[in-house]
Order: sequence, then C-alpha cells, then structure tokens
Amino acid sequence: MTPRPATVRIAAGQGFWGDWLEAPYRQVTGGPVDYLMMDYLAEVTMSILQKQKARDPSLGYATDFIPLLERILPIVAERRIKVTANAGGVNPRGCAQAVAETARRLRLGGKLRIGVVTGDDLLGRLDGLLARGHELRNLDTGRPLSDVRDRVLSANAYLGASPVVEALRGGADIVVTGRVTDTGLTLAPMMHAFGWQPDAWDLLAAGTVAGHTIECGAQSSGGNSLVDWQRVPDLANVGYPIVDAAPDGTFEICKHPGTGGRISVAGVTEQLVYEMGNPAEYITPDCVADFTTIRLEQTGKDRVRVSGVRGRPATDQLKVSIGYFYGYKAVGTLVYAWPDAYEKARAADRILRQRLADLGLAFEAVLTEFVGVDATHGPLARATAPLDRLPEVQLRIGVRSPDKSSVERFTREIAPLILNGPPSVTGFAGGRPKPEEIVAYWPALLDKQMVAPCVEVVEV
Amino acid sequence: MPLVELAHARSGDKGDTANVGLIALKPEYYPILVKHVTAARVARHFKGMITGPVERYELPNLHALNFLLHGALDGGGTISLKTDAQGKVFSTALLRLELELPR
Repeated sequence: MTPRPATVRIAAGQGFWGDWLEAPYRQVTGGPVDYLMMDYLAEVTMSILQKQKARDPSLGYATDFIPLLERILPIVAERRIKVTANAGGVNPRGCAQAVAETARRLRLGGKLRIGVVTGDDLLGRLDGLLARGHELRNLDTGRPLSDVRDRVLSANAYLGASPVVEALRGGADIVVTGRVTDTGLTLAPMMHAFGWQPDAWDLLAAGTVAGHTIECGAQSSGGNSLVDWQRVPDLANVGYPIVDAAPDGTFEICKHPGTGGRISVAGVTEQLVYEMGNPAEYITPDCVADFTTIRLEQTGKDRVRVSGVRGRPATDQLKVSIGYFYGYKAVGTLVYAWPDAYEKARAADRILRQRLADLGLAFEAVLTEFVGVDATHGPLARATAPLDRLPEVQLRIGVRSPDKSSVERFTREIAPLILNGPPSVTGFAGGRPKPEEIVAYWPALLDKQMVAPCVEVVEV
Repeated sequence: MPLVELAHARSGDKGDTANVGLIALKPEYYPILVKHVTAARVARHFKGMITGPVERYELPNLHALNFLLHGALDGGGTISLKTDAQGKVFSTALLRLELELPR
C-alpha cells in the first residue's frame, strides 16, 4: 500500500465547456499539482451531445477535450498528474478511445491508464423506469415526465465521486466520465488520496465545498468578482484556483505564483454563494454539505483557508437531468441613434408588435428589452436612466412558440423596419436572426438503487 | 443609504429561479443586512421583475444572505428570451436597493 500524502493539490482547469483554453496548460506547467479537474457539462449540454451522437455514433463528448489533452498529455504523463473530467458527455467510451488514440500518437503507449465512468445515461431505460412507477416528476413544477416523454432528448443521473474514486484506485491516470457532478470531480481525488470512507460525512462535505469553490474556474480567483474589481491585478494572466487539501478536511484555495487575479475571503465568499439554494442543505450524491459551517481565513497573499465544514448523510435519491424539446425561439436586434434614441426604439417595438398581431402569428411569449436602458436591471434602471439623452439604444425583441413557422415569419419582420420604420437605425450586419430549437431542462429525482455506475480502467 | 455601499453580491440560476448571494463588505454591516434586507423588502424591490415569491437564508459565518427569487428568468435557461437568462446580473440589481437607515 502506498503511503498517504500529507497534502493533495487539485487544480481547476475548465469551469465550463468553452472556458479559457490556456488555463489547463498553465495549471500543469505553472507549479506543482497532483490532479487537474475539468468540468465540461452544463445542464443542457447533454442534449446537444445526444444530438451529435445520433448523427455520428463516435461523437457525443466534449470534443475540445482531445486537442487540449494533446497539448498537456506529455506533461501530465511525465509529472504523474492525474486528470478528472466529465468531458465524456453521453459517450464516455468514445471520448476515452479518442484520448487513447491521442496518447498513442504521442508515443505514450504503455505509460497511461484511462478510467471510464458510465452508467449515468438513462435515455434507453426511461420507459422501463416509468413503467415501474418511477414518475420522474419535475422538481420545479411537480408534473410527471409522461407529460413530455415523447419529446425527451437526453436523461442522465448525476453520479457522485465514488465511481471516480474507483477508477483512481484502479490506477487510472485520466478519468473520463459522463454526468458526474462538478463537485465529485474534486472530491474524488481527496477521497482516493486520503482514504476517506464514503460515510465520513464531514470530510465528504469538506471535499464538496472544495469542489464548489473551484468548479467555476477563475470565478474564485478574481474573475467575475465584484468586490474591489478594479484593483484585481493582471486578469489577463489570471491564475486558476488550486485546492491544497489536507487529510483532516481542511484546505486552502491558492494559485500558482506569478499569475494574475486574486484569492481573498471576499472573492471566495462570492463563489461559495454562487448558484446556492438552501445553504444548510447543499445536496450531492455523496453527502449533504452545510455551507453555514464554513470558516474562511486569509492565511497569506492569495491563500484562503477553509475549515469547519460539517456534513450529513447523503439522501437515497439521485438528481436526474432530462432534456426535452420545447419549441422554437428567435431574437432580433436593431440599434437606434441619438436624438431620441429610446423613443425611436420604443416606436419600432410598437410597430413590430402591431405587424405581428396583424399577421395573426401565435407566440407563447414576446419579450422586448432596450439594451442600454433596461435589459439588465429592468424597471429599476429605467427609473433613473436619462431616457431623453441616451446616445444610442439597442432594441432587442425575442419570440417563443411551439410553431416554427410563426418564429420564422417573425425573423423576416425585423429588417424591413430599417427602411419602413423610425429613423437613424443601424446594426443589422449580422443578417436575419435564425429560429433556434429550444431544448428545455427537466430536473427530477430517482431512487439511487436504480442507477448502477460502471467503471472500467484500460491501458493505453 | 444605497445597499451597494454595504455589500457586494453574486448571482446565478437554478431553472426559473435566480439566486443572489449578498455579502457584507465589513462584518459589522452584516446585522444591518439581516435587519433591513428582508425577504419582503427584496420582493418589493423586484416587483414587476419576478413572478414568484422571495426566500431568504442566512449565512452568519460568511456574513452573507442568500436570496432565491422565484419566477425571475422568463422560464429560465434555454427557454428564456431575456438577455440575462441565467440571472447573472440580478446581483447588482439588488445592490440598487436604498435602505432607510436611522441616522
């Protein structure tokens, strides 16, 4: 048995699919780290990936992951850095295969093991589950899934840290998963390295808080940080956060020396409350973490110590993320210039709405925003804005409908306003807006015993 | 007194609900937030912008309050037609709140 390390350093490399491509490279080259954690999956990403897989069975994973690994694999192999990533999407095996091919191309054959975590994908099992009385009711509306069953595009249970731990225990260097929670990707290395048991609730809660702190990448190291934002240094060179964890469940948030950004109690607090529900009950597949027990302390420049985290036993259910076809939407914009910019935009909105009504088009919703006036703060901003003196205003109007042809007709009603509506209008270089399919999110719960995670570890 | 002088904030989404974490700029400001920035006061502030109720949770350890603004996002996520479909700037919208504090 290998001795337990005194600390483990887990670096955040991606906060979402589309995050900074330089971040993972800088994390594995900028100083010592033991693990690189990368979160790729947002709520509706799975549906997009499911569509890609339907067109090409070899796809369905975060394709960006492969060129990224091509760049860092030689480094992580040499430095023995392990990677946990939910880049597998709805095709973790396909993703693992692409990783293996990349590794072989880099002459790393025989030097790497890839772990694959599956078992989260419920799409093929939905009818069986419904037939056995699992209604998968919408957590927000209470409606049973049978309401939209024929429109379901993806269905995935959120798996926790345990299968990732199993892959690491099996010797995996790169763990590729499907829908594993963001926090599980950080908790798993801590459980594995320190031998934390799956019922050590306070420790699991601490690891979960660690995961929540770094799962959005630079959001805990100075990015998108409101407090004192003008004095956050060198964001161009921002260092992504690193969890420096101890076996007792305490950890420090830090970043590589010489990088930009800032790690402060105030900034870490902003990330802790991000996307928070009831802070005393942060529910994951692994535990229930109590965020009202967290203690933060600035222990040095760009170092914040986190301690005191308490947890409770995990629930006996898993959250299920279901994507279903909802309808269509489109958004059109036009820009109006001074003088009377706001009045012109308002007049254009009235004219457009009258034309839509005269055409007899049916929409579930029509939403107008005046960018520069009220698009972000609504009536709160309108009340104090100098509406008669604005240099320019963007009219932004969106429609939503189950009927594609109504949405398509709407997209043809924007451009004519340039010549047959109010004056001093511009900003139409992008052309006609495109109707967009809406894949909506249906959150539900399912008994844990109905989901069996599957772990494979393969040699490259 | 404008709330922006007492607190900073970050917001995000869960479905059609926006959350705003409101954090005291100094620990001594936290009791002021607890007393004056009530769920009812926040609901009044966002009148016309949200269709559901407001819930408030306290995190004294972080000198923070967490607000859940239900029905804030025009259906939320991909359904929403809003610029701020994911509730990212509800944080600063809350900071526009004016508190009536005794001198």
